[in-house]
Amino acid sequence: MTEIASEHNAVHQTTATAPVVTLHGVAKRFANGTLALDQLDLAIRHGEFVSLLGPSGCGKSTALRLIAGLGEPTRGSISWSGTKSKEHRRNKPEVGFVFQEPTLMPWATVFRNVMLPLELEGVEHRLATKRATEALERVGLASFRGSYPRELSGGMKMRVSIARALVTDPPLLLMDEPFAALDEITRFKLNNDLLELWREVGHTVIFVTHSVFESVYLSNRIIVMTPRPGRVFTELTVDAPYPRDESFRTSSEYARHCRIASQALSRAMATAS
Amino acid sequence: MVSDADHPPLRGGATIGWSRIVLPIVTLALGVVAWDVVVRVNDIPPFILPGPGLVAATVVSDWPVLWDSLLVTLATTFYGLALALAGGVGLAILFNQSRLIEHSLYPYAVILQVTPVVAVAPLLLIYLPQQAAVLACAWIVAFFPILANTTLGLNSVDRNLVDMFEIYGASRIKVLLRLKLPAALPYMLGGLKIAGGLSLVGAVVAEIAAGSAGAGSGLAYRIAESAYRLNIARMFAALILLSITGVAIFFALSLVSYLLLRRWHESVLPGER
Repeated sequence: MTEIASEHNAVHQTTATAPVVTLHGVAKRFANGTLALDQLDLAIRHGEFVSLLGPSGCGKSTALRLIAGLGEPTRGSISWSGTKSKEHRRNKPEVGFVFQEPTLMPWATVFRNVMLPLELEGVEHRLATKRATEALERVGLASFRGSYPRELSGGMKMRVSIARALVTDPPLLLMDEPFAALDEITRFKLNNDLLELWREVGHTVIFVTHSVFESVYLSNRIIVMTPRPGRVFTELTVDAPYPRDESFRTSSEYARHCRIASQALSRAMATAS
Repeated sequence: MVSDADHPPLRGGATIGWSRIVLPIVTLALGVVAWDVVVRVNDIPPFILPGPGLVAATVVSDWPVLWDSLLVTLATTFYGLALALAGGVGLAILFNQSRLIEHSLYPYAVILQVTPVVAVAPLLLIYLPQQAAVLACAWIVAFFPILANTTLGLNSVDRNLVDMFEIYGASRIKVLLRLKLPAALPYMLGGLKIAGGLSLVGAVVAEIAAGSAGAGSGLAYRIAESAYRLNIARMFAALILLSITGVAIFFALSLVSYLLLRRWHESVLPGER
């Protein structure tokens, strides 16, 4: 075991895989004057599982929303490459977005909720039905297609939300603290399921979290952010091999990565105050 | 991502509220008996206060007249409510789509609501044919709760769901039809329940106003007419029919609300203990 975690401030790296999305000097100032992000440089490469780690208020959710196309950066730019593009949407490829809340339509069944992205994109009904069925099977909820969201537990609702995000088969999956509101047992289970899905589907994931443990467990790269204004403090590589499972969660290697990430996080917070 | 770890919560059964059915009936019976006793003991003449027996006999003997009048009032109430629903929801959608229209018109909707309809009815009777004037009164009082509630509902949509529709490039019309209107439905139905009773009030007020002008044949007109003739028993009979109509409208609208919301909205789902 050579280098367990490498820590460096250089964001732009030359690697074999091309970036899916690159943020150049992105700043975001809200109407109330809050500077949420400043000078944010970020390159997400194809197939990566990247976590944005930081305390609340560090603008990590804002960064994710900008990448999703919700709002425009005040300064800087976001560029796309290496994915199929839709000209009418500024070359932004399709993204799947999972919110912190399950964000399901309470009046629609599980199946109709998963169908929604396909219906909005005008996918032909028979094909849409097939893909929605597959997406529900992938998250293990095929038998709940006729249920209404309120009849499901919190973990199941989150699975539906993930199925909906994956139903359009997006090259980029954006997740905004999706498991923060769940209990630990459910969160661990969904962490494992998410990793399995990621290995199966092979999409790129950007995962926002304030949990050191979750970020180390899931990602190959952790971007540690500073608060007010949000910018990259440092980035860490977690080079433990996949598949990762419960034995990784209890390994000394995991603990070491967590310690490094925790230290980086506390230094990031110290720079802010 | 296959799991059977999380089960949906069990659904609790509704407790049968026998007291909610039996107790009002007992109260009613006691009230009728007391009424009868007061009339008999004090030997009150029927042109001042008829006993319950005489009122019941009048309902039967005057049924053909009362029934025809009831149909007229019901028709007015129903059309008034239908127009209020169309107008209220239509205006709410218009306000939701355009701030300019909302700011231009909303104050006048409020003015229409706060001006007592009793005061407006005689004027309307001068400018409109009688039937139209009565209908207009029913509409004026019924449409505002629908407008106000639907506006509230359209503005209470989950922000994350709005973002999700934006991510998938949904058009304005799709956001309205697939997201805003379903989300506003419970609010709109709440407004409709209030409007049902108010529509009857509007119809009655206008009929009374019209009746004093010497025309009309609705139930309220029968009450006014009977008053001139000191036919107090028929006044009571017509009044009772009006009350029953109001209650029936309320229950009918509650049933509509229940049928539309029973699968998903908390307001009509059984509580779990």
